Amino acid sequence: MRADLKVITPWVAPNSSVLDLGCGDGTLLAYLQEHKGVRGYGLEIGEEQITECIRKGVNVIQQDLDAKGLQNFADQQFDTVIMTQALQAVRRPDVMLDEMLRLGRQGIVTFPNFGHWRCRFYLILRGMMPMSKTLPYRWYDTPNIHLCTFKDFEALCREKNIRILSREVVDADFEQSSFARMWPNLLAEFAVYRIGRK
Amino acid sequence: MPKIIPDNSVGIVTPQTCRFMEPLPLVCGKTLREYELVYETYGELNAARTNAVLICHALSGNHHAAGYHSEKDKKAGWWDTCIGPGKPIDTKRFFVVCLNNLGGCHGSTGPKSINPETGNLYGPDFPIVTVKDWVDSQARLADVLGIQKWAAVVGGSLGGMQALRWSLDYPERVANALVIASTPKLTAQNIAFNEIARKAITSDPDFHGGRYYQHNTVPAKGLMLARMIGHITYLSTEALGEKFGRDLKLPAFNFGYEIEFEVESYLHYQGERFSRSFDANTYLLMTRALDYFDPAADFGGSLPDALARAQCRYLVVSFSTDWRFSPERSEELVEAMVKAGKEVTYVEIDAPHGHDAFLIPTPRYTAVFSAYMERIANALQEVR
Repeated sequence: MRADLKVITPWVAPNSSVLDLGCGDGTLLAYLQEHKGVRGYGLEIGEEQITECIRKGVNVIQQDLDAKGLQNFADQQFDTVIMTQALQAVRRPDVMLDEMLRLGRQGIVTFPNFGHWRCRFYLILRGMMPMSKTLPYRWYDTPNIHLCTFKDFEALCREKNIRILSREVVDADFEQSSFARMWPNLLAEFAVYRIGRK
Repeated sequence: MPKIIPDNSVGIVTPQTCRFMEPLPLVCGKTLREYELVYETYGELNAARTNAVLICHALSGNHHAAGYHSEKDKKAGWWDTCIGPGKPIDTKRFFVVCLNNLGGCHGSTGPKSINPETGNLYGPDFPIVTVKDWVDSQARLADVLGIQKWAAVVGGSLGGMQALRWSLDYPERVANALVIASTPKLTAQNIAFNEIARKAITSDPDFHGGRYYQHNTVPAKGLMLARMIGHITYLSTEALGEKFGRDLKLPAFNFGYEIEFEVESYLHYQGERFSRSFDANTYLLMTRALDYFDPAADFGGSLPDALARAQCRYLVVSFSTDWRFSPERSEELVEAMVKAGKEVTYVEIDAPHGHDAFLIPTPRYTAVFSAYMERIANALQEVR
């Protein structure tokens, strides 16, 4: 079982509807379909991933979030809108959050924490943009054009009147660790947020 | 001629004919008292009769979708690239049915048939049949073949419209509908192209108001022109450019109006060949069926409302350079399906061939098509 599924699955109501933005090979949706009886769609542009979704029996729609947006979906059409590890890669993460909560009653977002101590030390000691196991790209070829820290994200939520319903911080293997919980913005590599409207 | 029939071919196939004596009421208000449908089948129907796939043909297609009629056959069926053992529609797993639609000119009752009421050829008196009428007639063929529910109804272009219509008119009889390079309705531009084609035919002096059979002639020039204009719209700028560019047949310009460019020569060849093998009245009828198709019309123009009845899963496929039925038209359809809460997968294939891409087995198209069909076949096995 993919590590983030463990955190996300309990937050998704049985037999509810789900939209998965950047659904990859459909693992999450296939899992939620099988174990929670959810209905839904995944949006993806990767060709291989789309074919893999089809193999898994996931309803996948080829759609470029940056180019086309989400105008083709109706307000409050879904119970949950999920975006795993993609918020930092879209052109306007702030607009994307608004859109997620326009389409869904709740949103679930995961992203890497740029405030993690390893990133900080990398920058301080080497004076170069951090690279790591979780952020393997170089500054010029990274798809992660809007990296942020937990603090940044939470500040944006406050600004936008977005309510953080739950937060789980995890280490690089998506294990929930009490160590990471002690000082998340410094010690946790990823966070999984459940958000809603105030 | 294929010296040796390839392993992944369905091999030699023989068309069959089914006669229907029960009158078929048509959308236009008329009734076909009796009619015949010619069809082919490939693969084996399983004991539970759950593995049947219906192939719906497009404007110029027919029942001969795969395999060869004889060893002397030069060309395989029109969708042989996608139907056969190990191909996307795998005949080792599916029982495939393809028929010539009513109004066609390849064996099913159409303008070239005898009108039982007059004893003469129908010609222009053959009633205009619509996509809905085709689907009704196909349902009767399914009854005869003992197929209660199709594992999939599949079609490209006008064939995709039939697949869509099936899912709306017989929702309980379709498990999957594959709507490829199609559209929920024609645009004004599409209709305009069709009208040019029809005008080319009807203004040919050999047309004789559609009664050219009695005059022992055919409106070949008109049909050729119609096909030439149609053919251009099926190809992309890139496809034509790549194939011909501005190549000349002669070393230099001839400063006249005879054929000089390769593309002209190609169009003439295609048009001429088509005018010898297709019936002008059928061409008129098929283009009208295209024009009239608009399942949302009965629901105040709301496509999501029209789709509400559907129970199947959909695969919608478009092609990037198709400007006849562009990806935007498919996206319109997908948007409505999502609004209606239907199960749908949508893929836009990057292919340079224009509308014709649905007939060409490019790698990604084949991969997506195969993956979807395989999923259907696997699900059938789980049930059994």
